[in-house]
Formats: sequence, structure tokens, C-alpha cells
Amino acid sequence: MLTLTSPVETPLHRWPAGLKLALLCAATILLFRLTTPLPLAAIATALAALHLLLGRSIAATALRQLRPLWPFLALLALWHGWTGDLAQGATIALRLITAMALANLVTMTTRLSDMLAALDRLTAPLARAGLPTRRLTLALALALRFIPVLSDRIDTIRAAWAARSPRRPGWRILIPAALAALDEADHVAESLRARGGAG
Amino acid sequence: MERSLSHIALFAALIAVLGFVPQIMLPFGVPITAQSLGIMLCGTVLGAKRGALAVLLFLLLVAIGLPLLSGGRGGLGVFASPTVGFLLGFPVAAFVAGLITEKAPLPVGWAAGTGAFAGGMVTLYAFGIPGLALMLDKTLPEATLMITAFLPGDLIKVALAGLVTHSLARMRPGVLLSRD
Repeated sequence: MLTLTSPVETPLHRWPAGLKLALLCAATILLFRLTTPLPLAAIATALAALHLLLGRSIAATALRQLRPLWPFLALLALWHGWTGDLAQGATIALRLITAMALANLVTMTTRLSDMLAALDRLTAPLARAGLPTRRLTLALALALRFIPVLSDRIDTIRAAWAARSPRRPGWRILIPAALAALDEADHVAESLRARGGAG
Repeated sequence: MERSLSHIALFAALIAVLGFVPQIMLPFGVPITAQSLGIMLCGTVLGAKRGALAVLLFLLLVAIGLPLLSGGRGGLGVFASPTVGFLLGFPVAAFVAGLITEKAPLPVGWAAGTGAFAGGMVTLYAFGIPGLALMLDKTLPEATLMITAFLPGDLIKVALAGLVTHSLARMRPGVLLSRD
């Protein structure tokens, strides 16, 4: 399963995931307390410079991952251009860009295994309190494992539809897709029970 | 218990896979994503508790860095987007949809449709609109204005959720965990 972690190694890849997540939280809170465009612009510029330092691949990916913001930035430009409050518009836009870029940077520089290890540590207190955290790990692993399985089933469903109709399938594929998920879930439950249960 | 866990995991995987399916084109050129419909189905098919847990599991998968949101989006960045309210509202929406599907004294299709409306529209917008307002620094009425264009498509989505749930119950009586 392809993740959003960048294959290009950077020094940030070696930082502990928990530390990066904590810093991200603190940084995001700070970003939302800034109310003028200048400090945000400075932070955004520094962030852009950091991306360029980390390499072209990372910088290009970061830019691509900001694309979903595009309609909102356009909306802000039109809105604040109309009301004349350009400084506020710039503040909001810069805040959105830097917050998202920082979060994406953490995702790009943290391997899935490190994220899962951080999750383990976060849920450790709950485990000590007696809650069944092993089930969360199992559920995560099952979901991950069955994404390609269900994806293949849906491809088969779409091929079956295409063999019977020139039109696009539309919402109707949801019925066999949901049935596929329900059937697989029953099989998995049986397998789990056969292996001693989910703990 | 194994049954619950496997259904939660498999439906989380289903929502992920529905993100890869291209947008569903309805008449009049209104697109809806199969994924958002899938989130409603988690509630109407699995019931409130399991449905919400399935959606939460899906959000966790997205948060740890998998590109599972429709459009190949994922990672922590999506939680810093103006649409973060909707993301956080998804599990609650599934819960409400499931609760109504379970409890409403209506035929299953109508119960599911009502649930999808209360969950997938009312509840979801109750989270999404304040989220938009907060991230874009606008008032609630202004944020509400922004989403009005999506309402017709969402209403169709509600109807489809009812229809799919009804079809599932008819094809395989007893398959719905929400109506055991």
C-alpha cells in the first residue's frame, strides 16, 4: 500500500514521530493566534525555504498536496477583494497554506511504521487501564489488508457492469460493493474465531 | 465480538476503496462522491456504534498517512483544510444515521433515508459549517452560504443511501447489522 511518506530520505525522517506530532500541534496553535499577514508571510517563506532545502522531490510534492486549497484561496481572493479587506484575506490564506504545509511535511517525513509506533505509545495508558488496544491494532491491520481485496472486487463489479451496459455504473455498484464487504467481514470473523478470537 | 471487529475493519476498507471510484455523475451533471455515500452506508448498514467506529478507523488510516480520501488526499494536512469540520463530523454523521436506521419504526429503506438525512446532512453540516467558518474566518451565515450549492446533490445522496440499504435488506434478509 503506497503511503504519502516521501521515499527521499531527509534528516526529518529520523526524528521521532511523537516529537514531530507534538511540534505540529504547538505550531498549529501558534499559527492560529497570529492575526496579521506579515509574521505569517515570514513563516511561510521560511517553510518554503525549508522545503527547497529538503530537495526538489519534497518541494514539488508539497506544492501538489496544497492543490485542494486552491478553490478556497480563490474564494478568499474574490471575497476579500470585493470587501476590500485584503490584509485579513492574506492572513487567512497564509494561515491555511502554512498549517496544511506543516501537517503535510510531518506526513511526508514520517514512515507508516513510525506513525503506528507513535499510536501504540499514545494508546499505552489506555492499555494499562485495561482497554483492549490490541483490537485497534488488529482492526487497522485488517482494514489495510483488505483495501486491495475490496479494490479488486470493485474492479470486477465494474467490469461485469461494463460487459452488460454501455452506460457508466453510477450508484448501483454500491450494492454489490457493500455485499462484498459484508461477505468478507463474515469470513474474516470466522477465521478470527478459528484462531482463538480477537482478544 | 469478532463479527463487530471484522465488520468495522472491512467497512473502513470499503470507504477507502470508494475513494478510488470516480465521482458518480447524476442527471443534470451533479457529481457526488461514492465515498460520502459509503460513509452513510456505514451507519445505515452497520448501525450506530459500529458504523461510527468504522468511520473513525478510516479517519485514523487517513491521519497516519494513507491517501484514502477521494482524490488521493490523505495525511495530517487534510485535517488542516477548511473542510476539517466535515471530516470530524463524518463519524458522528454515521452514528446518527445508524441510530435512526436502528430505532425508527419505519420500513428499512425509509428509516435509512431518514437516518442519512439526519446524519449525512443535518449532523454533518452542523460540524462542517462551523469548521468552514473557523478556518476561513467567516461568520456562520456566510459559511452556510458557501455550502448551499451542495445541497441538491446531498439530497440525492440521502435518497440513494435509503435505496441501497433497502436493496441490501431485500437481497439478503438479515444482512443488515442495524436491523438484527
